[in-house]
Amino acid sequence: MAIEKMEPIKKVSIIISKGSLDGVYPGLIMANGARMEGIEATVFFTFFGMDAIVKNKQKKIKIATVGNPGMHMPTIIGMIPGMSAMATKMMQKKMDELDIPPVDEFIEMISDAGAELYACKATVDMFGLTEKDFVSQVNGIINVATFYEKSAGAQIIFT
Amino acid sequence: MSTKVIANVEVEIDTEGFMTNPDQWTKEIASAIAKEEGVELTEAHWKVINFIRKDYSEKGTAPSIRRINKVGGISTKDMYNLFPDGPAKKAAKISGLGKPQGCV
Repeated sequence: MAIEKMEPIKKVSIIISKGSLDGVYPGLIMANGARMEGIEATVFFTFFGMDAIVKNKQKKIKIATVGNPGMHMPTIIGMIPGMSAMATKMMQKKMDELDIPPVDEFIEMISDAGAELYACKATVDMFGLTEKDFVSQVNGIINVATFYEKSAGAQIIFT
Repeated sequence: MSTKVIANVEVEIDTEGFMTNPDQWTKEIASAIAKEEGVELTEAHWKVINFIRKDYSEKGTAPSIRRINKVGGISTKDMYNLFPDGPAKKAAKISGLGKPQGCV
């Protein structure tokens, strides 16, 4: 196959910008998957994607049942109190069966796997956060310029 | 399906060198595959291999890194140190199992 002759990917920089459950998981799975293949990985959390590394938000990330066409749920149903929590619970159960960890454990796993995790400076300033608000696995708060520096030679993936 | 002689035994392998018949596996084969993968097996490696083999015999699939951590008691950090550049893949290969199919 032609693909075998291509240069393998050595490094990825993954940006996680969305805060719902379906917003953070794809990036986390790709970062972990990269490390599992021996690919260097840097993860940059920005805007609501940052919830995944903020101490008091990490465990509260839910799936959006309103404004999420992928759910195939009428807005009026998605609005019912508890609907988002219920959908989240169902999805978490399914993920646990597939051995996909909850967000906090996943962040720990990806960090232990050797990936570097960074928070976006602009978002940190906008939300009025400090280093103390982040889980211990976060390597630092960096600006966009530093993100690009750290991404030298990497494929950048925006999620 | 092709075969390959590893540690003086002819075993069935797939195109990437993963054994396709886990019953053909022996400890000598594990050592030989490990050497090819650039891994020198220590007691810590054997703890992982023994867990993977045991879990496979009970569940029918190779355990994920998470399961190796939670059930086998081997930390993710240790897995990456013991089997650099692809812990799940390398550990499964050395343990005589197919390439892991999960995404995590």
